[in-house]
Amino acid sequence: MSFFNPENLEKAQILVGLYPDKRSALIPLCHLAQSQHGHLSNEAMVEIAELVGVQPAEVYGTASFYDMLHTEEVGKYLVGVCTNVACLLSGGQELLEHASDVLGIPPGATTEDGKFTLEEVECVAHCDKAPCAQVNYRYFGPLTNGDFDQLVDDLKSDRLSDSVPPHGVLSRVFRDAPPMVPLEIIHQERRVMDEAKKARLAAQNPDAGGKQ
Amino acid sequence: MSTKIVTARVDIPNSHTLSVYLEQGGYQSLRKALLEMTPEAVQEEVTVSGMLGRGGAGFETGRKWSMLKQDLVRYLVVNGDESEPSTFKDHLLVENDPHQLVEGTLITAYAIGASRAFIYLRGEFALGLERVQSAINEAYAYGAIGRNIFGSGFSVDVVLQPGAGAYICGEETALIESLEGKRGFPRIKPPYFPAVIGLYGAPTIVNNVETMSNVPWIVKNGGRAFAAMGKGRSTGTRLFALSGDVMRPGNYELEMTSKTFRELIYDPDFGGGLKEGRSVKAVIPGGVSAPWIGPDNLDLPLGQDEVAQAGSMLGSGSIIVLDDHSCAVRAAWRITKFFNRESCGQCTPCREGSGWIEKIMHRIELGSGTESDLDLVLDACDNIAPGLTWPPQQTTICVLGPSIPSSVVSAIKMFRDEFMVHIKEEGCPFVH
Ligand SMILES: Cc1cc2nc3c(=O)[nH]c(=O)nc-3n(C[C@H](O)[C@H](O)[C@H](O)COP(=O)(O)O)c2cc1C
Ligand code: SF4
Ligand code: FES
Repeated sequence: MSFFNPENLEKAQILVGLYPDKRSALIPLCHLAQSQHGHLSNEAMVEIAELVGVQPAEVYGTASFYDMLHTEEVGKYLVGVCTNVACLLSGGQELLEHASDVLGIPPGATTEDGKFTLEEVECVAHCDKAPCAQVNYRYFGPLTNGDFDQLVDDLKSDRLSDSVPPHGVLSRVFRDAPPMVPLEIIHQERRVMDEAKKARLAAQNPDAGGKQ
Repeated sequence: MSTKIVTARVDIPNSHTLSVYLEQGGYQSLRKALLEMTPEAVQEEVTVSGMLGRGGAGFETGRKWSMLKQDLVRYLVVNGDESEPSTFKDHLLVENDPHQLVEGTLITAYAIGASRAFIYLRGEFALGLERVQSAINEAYAYGAIGRNIFGSGFSVDVVLQPGAGAYICGEETALIESLEGKRGFPRIKPPYFPAVIGLYGAPTIVNNVETMSNVPWIVKNGGRAFAAMGKGRSTGTRLFALSGDVMRPGNYELEMTSKTFRELIYDPDFGGGLKEGRSVKAVIPGGVSAPWIGPDNLDLPLGQDEVAQAGSMLGSGSIIVLDDHSCAVRAAWRITKFFNRESCGQCTPCREGSGWIEKIMHRIELGSGTESDLDLVLDACDNIAPGLTWPPQQTTICVLGPSIPSSVVSAIKMFRDEFMVHIKEEGCPFVH
């Protein structure tokens, strides 16, 4: 039984083929698994391990290093409020406290209905819109408390489902083909390019003996 | 009106699409490079341009390329991890002009003879990932990526790699580890440069998104035209990300050294000044890894060496303004909290030091600090960066460690009185 559904399995095969070493596909595959299942399940990690040729424990060990890879369930909407300096100066800490009140959960927790997980996040590179928040990595700001309440309402009633897909769905644009030119061919090409360059440099500078 | 290079198109509707990019003359530089120039001629233009890397370290781009070990297999990696707090320039470029980035990447791949090019983007940039992947897909269909590009005989593939949330992956050797599918642990130096041993052990050039985005312009207009802008080592333009206590935070592309901090902050076309009746208390240039500068430095031109001479750095090009209603202790504490969260944990001074400093700074901010805490903080800082000099001494694998003391030490130096008020009055005197 495969964890990935047929459509995602096809994407997974493309990802694995993008690199000289397939282990490089590990993180992209974790994102793909999250897009299918909302978080990174054991089943998914076992299959990713097989796809990239490592032990499942290595997938877990790697995934656990990264904030965006969740081996535990998270809410449908992962709300991250930034409290780093630029946001802090514009009320980010207070916005986080307000978010916590409105959602009824402390940062790090998920609402009982599984709809929201709240996080305190580091700078999300949206500082000109401080204080700001991200929902499943879609950015909103600057936010007053009122704006935040409106955002939560919109999310609750799924009015933003086009712009904010459920947690796990990151990029919705995929690469549809493996690399076009096999590396062996590229390397033949480069050998010729390098020889030609050496010859040009030697012609320009006969004394240097091909040194650059 | 000064020349805009990397942001010339960002305000045009649908600037991220191939059709708009082509209307605006897009991919002409790639054609020129591939069809009319040798790789070494492209590299020469970049060397002549004097362009310093825009990722933070400010290393000459042409010189970096010339250090690339000429093994048959070599790679290009574009650093789009942008996670330095208050830096949001690459975010703009990847969302609003992804083709410029792709074109710059392709030209660079040609110049250095890369086997493959990887664009590593911060994982949280959901829209950026979509925009760059669309651009790559469009560029394949257009024939700008892939086999025998524009009939030049040059072939290369470009692969987009998402990060997954870890500041440290912006450090180039950690980024390479992450791209290899591992935890983002910075590698032990030497080798100092991935140009010798990088991705999969092969020589690798790592360049920032903004650095790459300048390359098409340099090829089109020549390195000399680029070098004609700015002064000294600060050539071309830079994208300054202005945030904090200003009326108009945002990205402003300026010819280097053409404006001062004061002009950037107060000019109605840029920062638009501060709130009524307030004044600048401190400026954090170059990202939170940089030492702070005071209002006495506002007339410094925005240039690499000018800021370095004042004891700080231009770094990632971000600038945070603190006005006189903002608490220096709180800001410095928050920066330490960031480093503590993001330390990868390999080196004891960084892992333990950041935790200790954060705890002490927090208790001072909350009002339960003592006077001896200040010495304790400075002592902990000294363990990470002995001597507390600028640029700092390093006891750790990467420079995240020695970046930790920057803000704390400058805050204590500049605002000792404010720390003392927190301690004596047992709390923060500012309203927030
Ligand atoms: C902790 C740390 C974080 C960094 N983060 C970034 C980053 O997000 N983006 C970036 O381009 N460079 C970052 N750098 C600098 C890179 O290591 C590297 O110098 C840069 O990508 C080289 O590109 P450039 O020469 O074009 O500037 C970081 C460095 C350190 C030590
Ligand atoms: S200095 Fe800090 S972030 Fe850098 S390698 Fe050491 S522990 Fe990791
Ligand atoms: S500080 Fe909050 S987005 Fe940058």
